[in-house]
Amino acid sequence: MKKLLYVLLGLAVVAALWEGYKLVGNPEGTVLFGVRVLPRADDLSMPHLWTVVERLGRPELTGGRPVWIVVVQACLFTLGITAAGFVIGAFVGLLLAVAMQRFRIVERGLLPYVILSQTVPLVALAPLVAGWNVLWPDWMTVSLIAAYLAFFPVAVGMLRGLQSPASAGVELMRSYAAGWWRTLVKLRFPASLPYLFPALRLAGAAAVVGAVVGEISTGTRGGIGRLIIEYSREATSDPAKVYTAMLGAALLGLVVAGLVSLLEFPLMRHRRHVEVVTL
Amino acid sequence: MRRIRIFSAIAAATLVLTGCGTADQDSATPAPGGSGGALTPVKLQLQWFFQAQFAGYIAAVDQGFYKDQGLDVQLLEGGVDIVPQTVLAQGKADYAVAWVPKALASREQGAGITDVGQIFGRSGTYQVAWKDSGITKAADLKGKKVGNWGFGNEFELFAGMTKAGLDPGKDVTLVQQQFDMQALLKKEIDAAQAMSYNEYAQLLEAKNPATGKLYTADDFSIIDWKTEGSSMLQDAVWANTEKLSDPAYQQQTVKFLTATIQGWAFCRDNAEKCRDLVVAKGSKLGKSHQLWQMNETSKLIWPAPAGIGVVDEAAWKQTVDISMTTKNQTGDSVLTKAPEGMAYTNDYINQAITAAKAAGVDVNGTSFAPTEVTLTEGGA
Repeated sequence: MKKLLYVLLGLAVVAALWEGYKLVGNPEGTVLFGVRVLPRADDLSMPHLWTVVERLGRPELTGGRPVWIVVVQACLFTLGITAAGFVIGAFVGLLLAVAMQRFRIVERGLLPYVILSQTVPLVALAPLVAGWNVLWPDWMTVSLIAAYLAFFPVAVGMLRGLQSPASAGVELMRSYAAGWWRTLVKLRFPASLPYLFPALRLAGAAAVVGAVVGEISTGTRGGIGRLIIEYSREATSDPAKVYTAMLGAALLGLVVAGLVSLLEFPLMRHRRHVEVVTL
Repeated sequence: MRRIRIFSAIAAATLVLTGCGTADQDSATPAPGGSGGALTPVKLQLQWFFQAQFAGYIAAVDQGFYKDQGLDVQLLEGGVDIVPQTVLAQGKADYAVAWVPKALASREQGAGITDVGQIFGRSGTYQVAWKDSGITKAADLKGKKVGNWGFGNEFELFAGMTKAGLDPGKDVTLVQQQFDMQALLKKEIDAAQAMSYNEYAQLLEAKNPATGKLYTADDFSIIDWKTEGSSMLQDAVWANTEKLSDPAYQQQTVKFLTATIQGWAFCRDNAEKCRDLVVAKGSKLGKSHQLWQMNETSKLIWPAPAGIGVVDEAAWKQTVDISMTTKNQTGDSVLTKAPEGMAYTNDYINQAITAAKAAGVDVNGTSFAPTEVTLTEGGA
């Protein structure tokens, strides 16, 4: 209940900031030495929030469905892509982490490439991946791009987690004559949970970005990424419409973050929460 | 823990918003499903999402013109990062629609492609200014803030200014322009680049805050590069040069072009029907906008004195000349040398025209008269 209040309060603050800036900000923006330091506050650049909300209620095009339905459907479509990408990414990240923990040489050899993989610009990668889509539907391509971003935090965070048990614990397992697999299941996995969940949340956020960008990139129809591009073409005559799609994208990010948090609920219930910083 | 949670929520939201700014590319539309065993599957890569600019191809699919030629044509939508001629050169499509200068630039970098049908005989690029700014021709741009899209879309503007005796590097302030017209409406720039069939219409779909009504053509003045003599050839159908030595591909090309001609002729004569076809394809742009675009697109094609799609020697030469001589703000020209090999050929389009004529299609559109399209707010 209290949490809900905070959420509403946060929303109110953002709304007040937006409208407040519109009230006091220069409609032409503030320009210092030829550089615009504050954005324009006019209706074309920053439509009133009520205009955006009202736009959500009106049909997309004459006789079409209301914008909010279109946006929600697009978000659901992208949510599906994100989920697939997240699952694939998390699974691959997990496998990599276990392999890197098991074999020191794999860690030495692979970790730099895992890190390097994230420096490849997504916009360069996406058109390439799109060229492979002979075997699977378009949305799968986008999921792969999402997975490409999502596996990284899981691989790195999970590796840390698997390496986290104190040597006393490992030695104890050894004294029980527990093999590698047993040690992994009984000691390392449970110990890694506090590291896994923050990593999963990062992975969730990354998967959303990957899905949205990948969608735009491969031109996949139906999702929120494509909708943003389509609506932004109308920025000249219908600026509020662009913001409806952006709202949708932000909402999608929040929903994914929330869903990932739910994942940890059953697993972490009996566990003391540990503050961990991954990466 | 809560801090992390809130942070990741914010991170997700911000990242999503940041993600939006990133541009991109395209993908395939679902295949219509193998119809009849005898049809040859053909993929055509478009430059952008479905819109009336591609109505002729859409109509040719919908009206079964391609099917009549034994082709099962799949239209691939474009996107920000999709380069149609690259998709074609890589063999991911059988034909591509692309602007001539851009495709020639790709050719120079090794893409083996040939212009087999110059569908748009005229350029649709404008430079639009406010009427009260007094800008009516290229020379008037002196000392003004001039918006341009860059990425190879700017050369008609630069050639026009150069032709009018301006040094684009010194005499004007160049501003990188977004793909909407907000900068002009906010008077951040004095003149904005616009396509007659798209961005210019967006201006006329916007509400003038001063009057509460839509802007009208009287509010703006247009510099048309066709009259300034610096226009370049735009939408053309490109084919794979290497494959053109294969008789089967040659035949297929003629068939493809024949049906394409039928499609464009159909849209010339049935603008509203074609508007509906485009809208039915799921375009997010409204009906009046698409009808405007259909009308303007037809103007770029018809009348076609030599027949639709035939490359006009003089226009081609002008395009190549400008591509080689005009420099943009970074000092680059589109081409460093004259195109080598078979950059264009009229062989296939002429065969296609003969075939289309035999089927009773008017390939010249001499009697074509554009209509007056009334735009509504937001183009809805």
